[in-house]
Amino acid sequence: MKPHGEELTSVEYIQHHLKNYTVGEGFWALNLDTIFFGWLAFALVALAAWRLRKNLTSGVPSGLQSFLELIVEFVDSQVKSIFTKSSRLVAPLAMTIFVWVFLMNALDLVPVDLVPKLLGMAGVTEAKIVPTTDLGTTFGLALTVFAIIIFYNIKFKGPVGYLKMFLFHPFGKWLMPVNIVMTAIEEVAKPVSLALRLFGNMFAGELLFLLIATLIAVQVLIPLQILLGLGWAIFHILVITLQAFIFMLLSTVYLALASESADEH
Amino acid sequence: MSINATLFVQIFTFAIFIWFTMKYVWRPLTKVMDERNQRITDGLAAADKGQQAEEEARKQAEIEIARAKEQAAEILGKAEKRRAEIVEEAKNEAKAESERLKQAAQAEIEQEVNRAREKLRSQLAAIVIAGAQKVLEKEIDEKAHAELVNKLVSEL
Repeated sequence: MKPHGEELTSVEYIQHHLKNYTVGEGFWALNLDTIFFGWLAFALVALAAWRLRKNLTSGVPSGLQSFLELIVEFVDSQVKSIFTKSSRLVAPLAMTIFVWVFLMNALDLVPVDLVPKLLGMAGVTEAKIVPTTDLGTTFGLALTVFAIIIFYNIKFKGPVGYLKMFLFHPFGKWLMPVNIVMTAIEEVAKPVSLALRLFGNMFAGELLFLLIATLIAVQVLIPLQILLGLGWAIFHILVITLQAFIFMLLSTVYLALASESADEH
Repeated sequence: MSINATLFVQIFTFAIFIWFTMKYVWRPLTKVMDERNQRITDGLAAADKGQQAEEEARKQAEIEIARAKEQAAEILGKAEKRRAEIVEEAKNEAKAESERLKQAAQAEIEQEVNRAREKLRSQLAAIVIAGAQKVLEKEIDEKAHAELVNKLVSEL
């Protein structure tokens, strides 16, 4: 039962599984698998919201409603403890990040060969189903958050206050050029660290699943493969949740920092 | 593994997802949760109020019962007094009546006695005169002796 035919070596197998199903060439190519499974996660939430829309009650909530309320309450308490200004955007944003990243990460628990095999029957040659192992997704999230960070900086500090932050922070007015570089690095590091942390964790996790899957090539090692796969999957439940939580929490922290007025800084 | 246009699609998806969450998940859910909080707060307040009202009503009832008891005792006292009065009155009345009846009877008796005595006296006078006539066997001037006889009779 060697994956994808006899002629594939372990390296080829792994490389094959790390390729997206892509249309187009160069930069303008689209990773259809990433996009599809991203939308699938969205659709799941939309389905839940659609099913709930008429049954929402302030009385005794149904199971689905209590589950969503649990998430809302959890996110709300996190956001309230960090982001003290009033905002209609931050809490739903945090919830979106948490839920979406969690659902996309959770696809990592699907056995690595299952979906590519199924899609392979339909003629799809490659498939990498976890959208968060795609830099496009993680940077997409991080850059959106970054845009909101800049918007909040300008909204709460004013354009002048924002500019002052670049000029006089952190070393005062005599080291202005250094300040600009430092602050720029500090600001750019935020989305980059957000994106790369999530990507790195999920990519490494996926890679490890693939490595464990290659053990199947040697018959004696199959029990070991099952044991390792199971162990890593169980551990990965933690990673999946934790990464979604960290992404949400750090985004909120960055937005809270951005929303401080110029004097508070 | 390099970045391609998927980035823009994911940004677009993310933006829509944020909008969707805000409008169709976050807002309705928090609204419902706030409503529930309000209902629970109201319910607890109402329960407190009810308990207070019950306590008050209980106190009021106790006061009413005490007052009723007092009134009942008062009425009983009055009735007792009135009863004694009535009995006393009846007794007095009866006594007076009996006294009156006794006096009337006595008066009647006295009258009767007097009448009898008068009758007796007049008849005695006539008998005495007749007796004297017979004794003397001579005519007596009735007129001249009537005064004397009457005097005798009245001395009886």
